[in-house]
Amino acid sequence: MDNIITIDKYDFHDVALEYKEQGYDFLRCLTGMDWGEDGLGAVYHLENTLTQENVVLKTKTTELSDPILLSVCDIWKGAEFYEREIFDYFGIRFLGHPDMRRLFLREDWVGHPLRKDYDFSLNPLRMTNEVTADMTQNIEVLKDGSVIKKREVLFDEDEYVINIGPQHPATHGVLRFRVSLEGETIKKLDVHCGYIHRGIEKMCESLTYPQTLALSDRLDYLAAHHNRHALCMCIEKAMGIEVSERVQYIRTIMDELQRIDSHLLFYSCACMDLGALTAFFYGFRDREKILDIFEATTGGRLIQNYYTIGGLQADIAPDFVQKVKEFITYMRPTLKEYHDVFTGNVIMQGRTKGVGVLSKEDAVSFGATGGTGRASGWACDVRKRHPYAVYDIVQFDEILYTEGDCFSRYMVRMKEIEQSLNIIEQLIDNIPDGEIQVKMKPIIKVPEGSYYAAVEGSRGEFGVYLESRGDKFPYRLKFRSSGLPLVAAMDTLCRDAKIADLIAIGATVDYVVPDIDR
Amino acid sequence: MFDFGIITSWIHEFLTSYLPLGLATFLECVLVGVCIILLYVVIAVIMIYMERKVCAAFQCRLGPNRVGPWGTIQLICDMIKMLTKEIISVRKSDKFLYNLAPFIVILASVMAFSCLPFGRGMSVLDFNVGVFFLMASSSIGVVGILLAGWGSNNKYSLIGAMRSGAQMISYELSASLSLLTIIVLTDTMQFSEIVMRQQDGWFIFKGHIPAVIAFVVYLIAGNAEVNRGPFDLPEAESELTAGYHTEYSGMHFGLFYVAEFVNLFIIAGVATTIFLGGWMPLHVSGLDGFNHIMDLIPGFIWFFGKAFFVVWLLMWMKWTFPRLRIDQILTLEWRYLIPISLVNLLVMVIVVVFKLHF
Repeated sequence: MDNIITIDKYDFHDVALEYKEQGYDFLRCLTGMDWGEDGLGAVYHLENTLTQENVVLKTKTTELSDPILLSVCDIWKGAEFYEREIFDYFGIRFLGHPDMRRLFLREDWVGHPLRKDYDFSLNPLRMTNEVTADMTQNIEVLKDGSVIKKREVLFDEDEYVINIGPQHPATHGVLRFRVSLEGETIKKLDVHCGYIHRGIEKMCESLTYPQTLALSDRLDYLAAHHNRHALCMCIEKAMGIEVSERVQYIRTIMDELQRIDSHLLFYSCACMDLGALTAFFYGFRDREKILDIFEATTGGRLIQNYYTIGGLQADIAPDFVQKVKEFITYMRPTLKEYHDVFTGNVIMQGRTKGVGVLSKEDAVSFGATGGTGRASGWACDVRKRHPYAVYDIVQFDEILYTEGDCFSRYMVRMKEIEQSLNIIEQLIDNIPDGEIQVKMKPIIKVPEGSYYAAVEGSRGEFGVYLESRGDKFPYRLKFRSSGLPLVAAMDTLCRDAKIADLIAIGATVDYVVPDIDR
Repeated sequence: MFDFGIITSWIHEFLTSYLPLGLATFLECVLVGVCIILLYVVIAVIMIYMERKVCAAFQCRLGPNRVGPWGTIQLICDMIKMLTKEIISVRKSDKFLYNLAPFIVILASVMAFSCLPFGRGMSVLDFNVGVFFLMASSSIGVVGILLAGWGSNNKYSLIGAMRSGAQMISYELSASLSLLTIIVLTDTMQFSEIVMRQQDGWFIFKGHIPAVIAFVVYLIAGNAEVNRGPFDLPEAESELTAGYHTEYSGMHFGLFYVAEFVNLFIIAGVATTIFLGGWMPLHVSGLDGFNHIMDLIPGFIWFFGKAFFVVWLLMWMKWTFPRLRIDQILTLEWRYLIPISLVNLLVMVIVVVFKLHF
């Protein structure tokens, strides 16, 4: 159970600034909360990137009709999108936030759905199109203490604004960017999320714990195992369950296979987006082999539903070990082929080197973890920072680059495939015998408290924040998406780049939309 | 070597013996027009089939293989589908320009296509400034693309059209310069003459170093002129969905599609005619027996063989390389290709003046 420090809402900005100055420069997770009678608030998970120390802060307001908290988006840039999300879900306005719009839901949505008193009947299926506003509003405090709402212009009337998405070949799903252009140069980029928003966090509040597991695979479908691993770990941590050594080994191997799967797809899509259509097929050809391995054991190819609370759904297939070994021997020389056909290409290097540079400070500030963070030189691998499963006993390198451009983001992922192969190689021969499922009660109840667990997903830290009131349903379940901070950084990355660069940046930042929208 | 001119002059005599000269000429024009359009369509179908099979081979796939033997009927089905699809008109578009654009593109393409000499005596337009006419008529195509982008009232289309304008006009320069290099060597612009002068060796061998450089520059510039990968920015599907023809459907889109493939063939055909001897068989001076055997193969087979080889080279390029960015494309042209072509032209002049060629 996390130790939460409660801070008064009026002092929160100053206290947060103090923590930042002490070195807590990474906002891991920001969760909006509705504590019912106790009011509305937010929970902040902070981490010191040098010492890996964690601290959890919380602040709340008892004002329910127009709740206002202080914004911290000037301290951590990543907070900007998180605070918009909280405004969307809970209606909490953040003072000092430059752009207080909804993030996922329609502008004409009535009410705030994650509040406990939300009435579903207020929002029937609307048959009209959503009007895209060119204005936004923020709130400011005047010197006499009164609060005013201010309107701000996002895009002028004379600006040449084009939509990239929601239906666009290069956005990897239904993400929409509104891009203001000057010739081919991008002047401003505005992200519109929510086209595949399913309200999974809200749905989880009315599902039992084993039922919530079914939804986690559907977040980042290229990190299905990772997502479920985080959720299982969080519930196991809360209930104090120790899973067997065998389960830990299998989970680690599956996670790494999933990572290779995702990185192969990344390679394919990056090639495709840069226009190299042949290399695209190479990645998909080899990804198929992993999917076959998954299918034999879990029965699923994309959505696997394999981990359970306290174990696994089923034991590994009889030929699993042999198939994985065959795959490893096949994959190593194939990687060289990938580099020959794409990485060494002069056009590819011209398109990606020095394009879309994200500085280390920005990466930490946005919380852009995963390959994107490591390409900027930030050692942000959860497997190294907070080892889980059996990552503490395997040898692997954390791939770090310092350039922070598209090419290094690409190389980080290609090198990580090799590291994942190393990890699997170390484990595959010594999977110990043991139980694959801890005996559980028929109805799982998590003791009261709040818990956070994180794994290294395919594209960054994937965290689960669980607040339980001792019921068989979670009181609040928040998924720390690995994609949202990446998308939050897109505007910074794309300023003054070309349209073609936007595609290269989007491809190498490697977001997956269902993970952003949840 | 069989001269196709015998057949054409026989038809001419046959018609004039029954009809007055004016009517006979008119009938011949209609006949030639029908033939060239038929050939145009056949080439387009072959090119599309070839593109699918070649790209499938590069991508570890099979390509079309279900309809007809080796999937050959697939193309016919696709054509029927294309012809029967609805042509959707876009609200708020400039109707006249929107409908005009595909026809300008196809017109430019057909005009350039009719310049190609397919065999001895087998050419439609053959006069003393043939190369000049070809360059002029093929560059009308860019007008069609610009109109398509402007007329469809779509921002993607407009960006695609602008890119296309910048790119095609730029690359026209180095393409023309590299053709000029060979014209310096031949001192004629008539296609039939150019082919005849390669009787004792193709220009790529006769002109050695400058000719090879011109050939490579021409292939790059030609590829860029027909908007094919790695220079397919005007329609870059991962950036602009479909670029200038985003809003076109049915046969309007079909015209763009067909024109793109035949333009590729035209580029290959011109490269074949100018650099690789056109329909002229491979001759090695001194080996008369060998030359005689080569002459037994009909000229149009030589022409199409060479042209499809060049097409294959260009397809190889397209399916291997990633796409360039707009500034890189213009840098490549203005900083590298044009200076290289100019210097190369000068070198060729020196070679010709001092008779350093074979």
